[in-house]
Amino acid sequence: MKGTWINRALLAPATLWLLGMLVLPLIVVIVFSFGERGAAGGYVPAFTLAQYANLPARLTAFKNTLIMAPLGTLAALVVAYPLAYYLAVRVSPRWRTLLLILVIVPFWTSILIRTYAWIFILGGRGLPLLLDMVGIADVRLMNTSFAVLVGIVYGYLPLMVFPIYVSLEKLDKRLLEASSDLGALPFATFRQVTLPLSLPGVATGCMLVFILLMGEFLIPALLGGGKVFFVGNALVDLFLQSRNWAYGSAVAATLVVIMLITVSLYMRLAMRRAGQRDDVSLF
Amino acid sequence: MSKDYKDNLPISREEFIAQLRRYQKGSITRRHFLGVTGLGMASAVMAGAVPGLRPRKAWSAGDIGDRVVLATWPNYHDPANFEKFTEMTGAYVQVNVFGSNEEMLAKLQAGGSGWDVFVPTNYTITTYVGEDLIEPLDLSKLSNYDAAAFDPRFSDAGTVNGTLYAVPKNWGTTGYVINTAHSGGMTPTTWKEFWDMTKAEFSGRTMVHDYQLTTIGNALKYFGYSFNSVDPKELADAEKLLLDVKPHLYAINSDYQPPLRNGDAWMSMCWTGDGKQLNNDMPEMRYVLGREGGEIWSDYYAVPRGAEHRAAGYALIDFLLDPAVNAKEVLAHGYPVADSRTNALLPKELLEDPILYPAQELLDALEFGAAATLTDPNRAELLARFKSA
Repeated sequence: MKGTWINRALLAPATLWLLGMLVLPLIVVIVFSFGERGAAGGYVPAFTLAQYANLPARLTAFKNTLIMAPLGTLAALVVAYPLAYYLAVRVSPRWRTLLLILVIVPFWTSILIRTYAWIFILGGRGLPLLLDMVGIADVRLMNTSFAVLVGIVYGYLPLMVFPIYVSLEKLDKRLLEASSDLGALPFATFRQVTLPLSLPGVATGCMLVFILLMGEFLIPALLGGGKVFFVGNALVDLFLQSRNWAYGSAVAATLVVIMLITVSLYMRLAMRRAGQRDDVSLF
Repeated sequence: MSKDYKDNLPISREEFIAQLRRYQKGSITRRHFLGVTGLGMASAVMAGAVPGLRPRKAWSAGDIGDRVVLATWPNYHDPANFEKFTEMTGAYVQVNVFGSNEEMLAKLQAGGSGWDVFVPTNYTITTYVGEDLIEPLDLSKLSNYDAAAFDPRFSDAGTVNGTLYAVPKNWGTTGYVINTAHSGGMTPTTWKEFWDMTKAEFSGRTMVHDYQLTTIGNALKYFGYSFNSVDPKELADAEKLLLDVKPHLYAINSDYQPPLRNGDAWMSMCWTGDGKQLNNDMPEMRYVLGREGGEIWSDYYAVPRGAEHRAAGYALIDFLLDPAVNAKEVLAHGYPVADSRTNALLPKELLEDPILYPAQELLDALEFGAAATLTDPNRAELLARFKSA
């Protein structure tokens, strides 16, 4: 076949990158997960299933992650869709660029700083104080699942908005006209034309946010006060406090497996819903 | 170590004019000019010009690079001192803050921490030596360290097998701080009350450290066990208490000052200096040492194996050990020092402050952390289980 070596040369950097940065570390994690903890911490080579047998000790963390990740994805979608719709369909082109920039700009700021800001908003001198003024006393927001959810939606909003925006922008406006010519009310048009055509964007946005949320640890650490605990937090503790690399690797490997299963199920579902369209993809 | 007597003299006339010219020409900054001439001394935090704050030949002569990386604890330094250090040496102090010795150890074990100076607690040093993560100190680079000036109780952990690995920073206690505005003015006196109040009237308002030594240790105290216990049955009791209390906690976090200040939290496990800082700003904040006992500790400056900016690291330790600088540190962070030279510079009321210097019978009940407590895998796993419960 002609030009094979060019194809190979083009693929080489990406392949090397994937091998070095993804495949090799994953192999290390899997090997470590069958080992044991050293006396002062760290890793001692061994072949045991003890770490996997101990997984139930982190059941709560897995449960929290598997509840909060889909919930956070859904909440981000509910907030992002109307915004993306407005940006793509409703707003005049003159304002569109400015509004798009406004959505992007926060994304250029460190997630750490943006999340820290919520500590002040949700803390005793923030929203609860305002609520107190209007007569709703003793509201506690910090270190709750609600606080973590707010942080998640805020932090991941741009990732959800853009794929939806892109798919709505491609929407042929004549389809909407046709729909109303045929007597559909605005909502029916939305339900039967706009929404189905924007599903690829929704699928992509949900995928991006969901995958990142499965590994999230910063937002629950800052806004959950050690009480709303994700698998990510458990991993930080296992590597940085217990110094138990073997068990940490087993937890990490388990998380990867769970992610692979949920993501592939989701992709299959999304493909079927989108009627085998080939633009439903992460890549 | 002999010093030239000129080092302690104010700047000479010729030197002053020379520096003034340089400043006028724009080859040195205004800050640098004020620093070297001593004119900036008036704006120093402490009244009176302190000789020790003037740049010394030892530092001005050698170039120590542009930065030094310090791993330390929350609220444990006077930022003005770091600025001074940068002004004098040109090295910027990059600070990494930690919540537990475990985290420090984990970072060093993983390698590539990038630190030049770190602040280990007494009971961890033998482990660092055993794991070969720490360098013996070169005393010739620490002219401000005078072993005789230190109370051995708070300095002897720095020497392992006859080799000096660490020099004392501060000592202190681990108690708890309570906002008495919410307890009807009542100040409790025991760890038992701390845990019982958390389950009752202080529900949702208490914080514990994200740190196995103190959180488990003070839970053990509820039953009257040793703070350092690694006995499985005793640890099981402590775990049961922690799991009972968990729904009533505001947070598990070693950085507890912000929520205490903004009123979200009313009570928290607390180290001496934080207790002092909080009490200074809010007199209703009382620092309590549980009558059953708890922890007494001392922290040290040490150099990790393979420090990248070693010269800057030594310069920073030496600078912070200077009694005049150290005294400013104490005034800022409120942790006592075991250095008699520094104490001679501190105001009397600070040396008599019951937060820094608790009553003898309370001190007598306290225990130093033990190396076995740090490395015990069951304690590490217990805290992780408690957090992920």
